[in-house]
Amino acid sequence: MKRTLLAAATALAVGAAFGASAEAKTLVYCSEGSPEGFNPQLYTAGTTFDASSRQVYNRLVQFERGTTNIVPGLAESWDISEDGTVYTFHLREGVAWHTTDNFTPSREFNADDVLFSFRRQLDPEHPYHDVSGGGYEYFNAMSMGGLIDRIEKVDDYTVRFHLNKPEAPFIANMAMDFASIMSKEYADKMMEAGTPEKVDLEPVGTGPFQLVQYRKDAVIRYKAHPDYWEGKAAIDTLVFAITPDNSVRWQKLKAGECHVMPYPNPADLDAMRADDNIDLKSQEGLNVGYLAFNTEKDPFKNVKVRQALNYAVNKQAIIDAVFQGAGRIAKNPIPPTIWSYNEEIEDYPYDPEKAKQLLEEAGYGDGFETDVWAMPVQRPYNPNARRMAELIQSDWQKVGVDAEIVSYEWGEYLARSKRGEHETVLLGWTGDNGDPDNFLYVLLGCDAASGANRARWCYEPFNDLLLKAKRTADKQKRAELYQEAQVIFKEQAPWITIAHSIVFEPVRKVVKNYKIDPFGGHIFYGVDIEQ
Amino acid sequence: MFRFAITRIAVLLPTFIGVTVIAFSLIRLIPGDPVELLAGERGISAERHAKLMQEMGLDRPLHEQYLTFILDVFQGDLGKSIRTKTPVSEEFFALFPATVELSLCALLFAVAIGLPAGVLAGVRRGKVFDHSVMTVSLAGYSMPIFWWGLLLIILFSGTLGWTPVSGRISVMHFIEPITGFMLIDTLLQGNYAAFNSAVRHLILPAVVLGTIPLAVIARQTRSAMIEVLGEDYVRTARAKGLPPWRIVGLHALRNALIPVVTVIGLQVGLLFSGAILTETIFAWPGIGKWLVDSIHRRDYPSVQGGLLLVASTVMIVNLIVDLLYGLINPRIRHAR
Repeated sequence: MKRTLLAAATALAVGAAFGASAEAKTLVYCSEGSPEGFNPQLYTAGTTFDASSRQVYNRLVQFERGTTNIVPGLAESWDISEDGTVYTFHLREGVAWHTTDNFTPSREFNADDVLFSFRRQLDPEHPYHDVSGGGYEYFNAMSMGGLIDRIEKVDDYTVRFHLNKPEAPFIANMAMDFASIMSKEYADKMMEAGTPEKVDLEPVGTGPFQLVQYRKDAVIRYKAHPDYWEGKAAIDTLVFAITPDNSVRWQKLKAGECHVMPYPNPADLDAMRADDNIDLKSQEGLNVGYLAFNTEKDPFKNVKVRQALNYAVNKQAIIDAVFQGAGRIAKNPIPPTIWSYNEEIEDYPYDPEKAKQLLEEAGYGDGFETDVWAMPVQRPYNPNARRMAELIQSDWQKVGVDAEIVSYEWGEYLARSKRGEHETVLLGWTGDNGDPDNFLYVLLGCDAASGANRARWCYEPFNDLLLKAKRTADKQKRAELYQEAQVIFKEQAPWITIAHSIVFEPVRKVVKNYKIDPFGGHIFYGVDIEQ
Repeated sequence: MFRFAITRIAVLLPTFIGVTVIAFSLIRLIPGDPVELLAGERGISAERHAKLMQEMGLDRPLHEQYLTFILDVFQGDLGKSIRTKTPVSEEFFALFPATVELSLCALLFAVAIGLPAGVLAGVRRGKVFDHSVMTVSLAGYSMPIFWWGLLLIILFSGTLGWTPVSGRISVMHFIEPITGFMLIDTLLQGNYAAFNSAVRHLILPAVVLGTIPLAVIARQTRSAMIEVLGEDYVRTARAKGLPPWRIVGLHALRNALIPVVTVIGLQVGLLFSGAILTETIFAWPGIGKWLVDSIHRRDYPSVQGGLLLVASTVMIVNLIVDLLYGLINPRIRHAR
């Protein structure tokens, strides 16, 4: 009797489980690695943001999915003061926090949560500042600490940020992952319980998905937030199956063990195109790979030499050999997905004769000796720097310039090139916030001339335009300034702009409405599965 | 026997100290510091760099850092990961059962196939079977794990669809760890579908990881067998007219096993190093992949702590094998 009952109960349970799974939609994403944690303020890796900010949290303003446009998030609207130093955010009402095993919210999202989220990063005296090691590298890298003077709560649904100087890109920074809004009530409760670090490991957010389970290097499981303010997600369960090897990810996708995978192996692309069940999506990456001339050193002080070496490089050959189709020639220092990209610019064509002539005019008719630094690692904007350096070396040789290829361990490479030990260096950049300032000023501004500006190029007419754009709130006017700046850049040629990569993402055809995120993130709100 | 055990254990202490030195210094010999790598192209100001180095204690002289490390080790504290800020030992022991489970299954596979194959090859020395075993095991021994793993995935998971591609269990199963061993946990929770899924996930990685040990064991067994079969007492047994299966199965095999047991013990170290690659291919959440990631990130505490724990495990296993060996074969005990 007992056995029959048990069998009946098991059958029921199994039936219930199947019944539930037939209706519930589960999307499996074969992610590339484990997140460092679940608080996007503390880390800088995209893998971490995919697992935290992009599913679990919201920001005051957000990027419209699939674009770099800023749209309202937890703030319904915002005003900027005349002088550009005061930003007033009007917060959305009726936004519910996740209810989890160790937290049941007693109130909805309000201004206190905004203050908590930013003060934790800003104020070294804040009780949460040192929790979980307390490094806020992205917040610091975007100079938010120096920019924000104070944050003021006007009322429960109005917050005001006072800046030290006008800075138009500030609004784009507010859409970045580190600006995610966390629950103050949850933080207070965890502090009282003596476990403040739980805030960073067991997140409570307002986002479309809430974390259910995490097993390091194995799986992350989320369920749809039932009371999400934009409406409940179309998929009920979101699973990240952590799969580090890209060929294995492809096998899993093919076998139907997952629906979406990032970073395919270029060698598998043809098979993906040929597969009837797979939709291979592609988009230009938000990045640029370049070669920077050290403009503080001879002969690169001379603009004609820089132009000559631009003419001397056969970029198409580089795209073919190094990117194997997963890249396109860059003519501007910003990628085409960023607003203010200047279509009118004409790139230096491959013209060794012209190069020789310019070198002659510059007084280097007999050529010279120099170096090309090649990164030791694969980056999104440069899959094989060594190969690229070899191609450049041979191109330059044809116009009489002898370049020696130099490389160091990655950390060392970054540090030495920052100190300006190179003559020419290969590097690149992946955008943070989709603002042109994030490429142009960060990489070519005078302030960065002894840091991220590897060309160590400080050119007043160019820099003035960028500074003016920083003080201008109107996007149209800013765009004009940046377009003008791109003209000067091309003329002065502190870099050889080489390539923007093309990002590929194979998706199973049952997945509907998946969009590649220009920031390289993976976002599953708004995605559906056909069953 | 007691004295033998004491000397074996006493030898371990200097070995352990040596391991701490190696674990500590190896990762520091690789150029590049964790802070610079963390910042990447974005860069970091000199002040912030100095502050972070100081917070991690990496600005102090090396001998001071080592002293702190070893004092903490003897208090059972391996420090916190630079990246995740969680204690190293916590991360290690959460992932370790997965590696042990995989290694044990791989070893089981290696012994189950390698031992009989070696015995048969030894008995049929010079025959076709012997040559086939030797050729296949040589191939197995020189097989690059990465390539072999991918090949099996493409064949069995991709083309034939018999086994899952990677992972430890289907993502549809929701297993809370009790022991950390998936096979045991699924059974404890009475979830047979999950157990079935876990077994199916184990097959390919265990075969891949077990291939090299299998080859070693087969070759070792064969040569031990050949040696023993040439001994006088075997000839005596034959002369007595014992049936061949008794000669091989009872008299010869028992003695041939002694060197084989040692070799099996030594495979443990090999299994851990092979696990690093196998885990990466099969997305197996064990310590191998974790260690590699930590090295890439110059996560000093994780690398030195992880290495120390892995080395300690290998030392303990070898100690146990040594002791067992002394127990089985008294000649060993008196030799020193």
